[in-house]
Amino acid sequence: MYKIEAYLRPSALEEVQKGLGDLGIAGMSVTEIRGFGRQRGHREVYRGAEYRIDFVPKIKIEVIVKESDRDPAVDAIVQAAKTGKVGDGKVFVLPVGEAVRIRTGETGDAAL
Amino acid sequence: MSKLRSNFAIWTLLVLIFGGAAQVVGQEIKSMEAFHSATIAYPKFMVDNLWILIATALVFIMHLGFATLETGLTRQKNTVNILFKNLFIISTGLITYALTGFNTMYPGDFNGFLAIGGPLASPALDDVATMTSAYADYTYWSDFIFQAMFAATAATIVSGAVAERVKLNGFMIYATILVAFFYPIAGSWKWGGGWLDQMGFHDFAGSSIVHAFGGFSALAAVLFLGPRLGKYTPTGEIRPVLGHSMPMATIGVFLLWLGWFGFNGGSVLSADPGQVSLVFVTTTLAAAAGCLAAIFTSSFYLKKPDITMALNGILAGLVGITAGADSVTWIGAIAIGAIAGIVVVFAIVFIDHAKIDDPVGAVSVHGICGIWGTVAVGLFSTNPAHSLGIQVFGTLTYALFAFIASSILVLIIKYTIGIRVGAEEEDEGLDLGEHGQPAYADFQHINN
Repeated sequence: MYKIEAYLRPSALEEVQKGLGDLGIAGMSVTEIRGFGRQRGHREVYRGAEYRIDFVPKIKIEVIVKESDRDPAVDAIVQAAKTGKVGDGKVFVLPVGEAVRIRTGETGDAAL
Repeated sequence: MSKLRSNFAIWTLLVLIFGGAAQVVGQEIKSMEAFHSATIAYPKFMVDNLWILIATALVFIMHLGFATLETGLTRQKNTVNILFKNLFIISTGLITYALTGFNTMYPGDFNGFLAIGGPLASPALDDVATMTSAYADYTYWSDFIFQAMFAATAATIVSGAVAERVKLNGFMIYATILVAFFYPIAGSWKWGGGWLDQMGFHDFAGSSIVHAFGGFSALAAVLFLGPRLGKYTPTGEIRPVLGHSMPMATIGVFLLWLGWFGFNGGSVLSADPGQVSLVFVTTTLAAAAGCLAAIFTSSFYLKKPDITMALNGILAGLVGITAGADSVTWIGAIAIGAIAGIVVVFAIVFIDHAKIDDPVGAVSVHGICGIWGTVAVGLFSTNPAHSLGIQVFGTLTYALFAFIASSILVLIIKYTIGIRVGAEEEDEGLDLGEHGQPAYADFQHINN
């Protein structure tokens, strides 16, 4: 089992959800976050005083998938979220030790 | 049949009532004088008086405008506090004006400088001296309530400038004394027939008496209060503190613009058709010119069309035209408004760079543009009796008096009960610190 964490543009959410849904992946979580990567933030002016917006609005999605779904899921996210411009985001993949489905007590891949 | 009969009865009645008026209307009007002499005194008085009362209600709604403008240009965590101050100011302003302010500002015969007045009189409704045109083009009650609505405006101007760090009880004492004594004393010099009036100083609806007075009171208060925490860093950087609701601020400015039809239009002090309509035109063209000028200035000078500057530009135009709304041409009004709209953008940036923290731009909008508007009467007035020198002298007198009076008041409060909240409370927000209630329970941004 793997956890896929993707930091994305807020506008990418719908396409990413659709891409993962087409693979039959059931369940994902989304968080509204603020942050910056290599692009850093940008400068703005309010009433004549300059300020930096270092933390720009992003979303973070988290999906747990079984091993065979890992690469197709990552591909689906990258394909759906890519605009080719600075600020598209990043995808991280982490191993997951165990999963338990609370209602039934199932564990491992069956719990997903 | 019965419908026909009742129609006939109504027509008979109308002919009987308006028979006299119909004769007048039927005459050919050959001159303005003939038209005026043909007008019946009582209906004219009713219309004049009604217009002053409508104007009063329009000035009242300006207080909602100030409340939402100040709310929009500050942070979420101080919203309840700002709304609370605005509610308090209008209420304390009206009560103190009844108790002393009205008679201090309009003392009748006095030495021209100072006469602390007693409470409002209570004339009977059939009192000829106060309820008919023997008094003015309006009744005693209309006179009081229109002027009372103006009075609280001066203190409201200060409220925005000191927002987000002023201690509530200290501010309530400050606002009450300002509106109960200092504003009416200063107002009596011109509108009460005092020494500036006798010099020929002209301030139609209060560019100096209300706005420069409020703006320079605010400047003194802000200087002794100090900037908001984090506004200016120890290394000399200027950090903007972003207002939390542009819709709120915009609603406020539209309400103020609407209210200004009463503020200036009512200051004609009658429903004189020519004058009131001229004042409507000059007032609103100045506001529009101020908006456009501020948009262009901020677009070029600050690189972006900043909506807060456009909003301040509208107010700058309105404050600017207030002194001469009755005595300039429509082209003059556009010039006054446009210059005010340019001046206000530079003034806001200059004051910020001088490390004077005024969250809503009250000193620039009301103080600087109040002076500009009063001086502009000397430049653009179509009345040759208005003199540039006296206009400059008069407006500087108001600015200086307001600055000194406000300084003394703030310093006394600062060293007795305190004028500023603690750093911890400022950080947490005055809504929780002073009132124990957030403005947007469960929806509030963590850092705002």
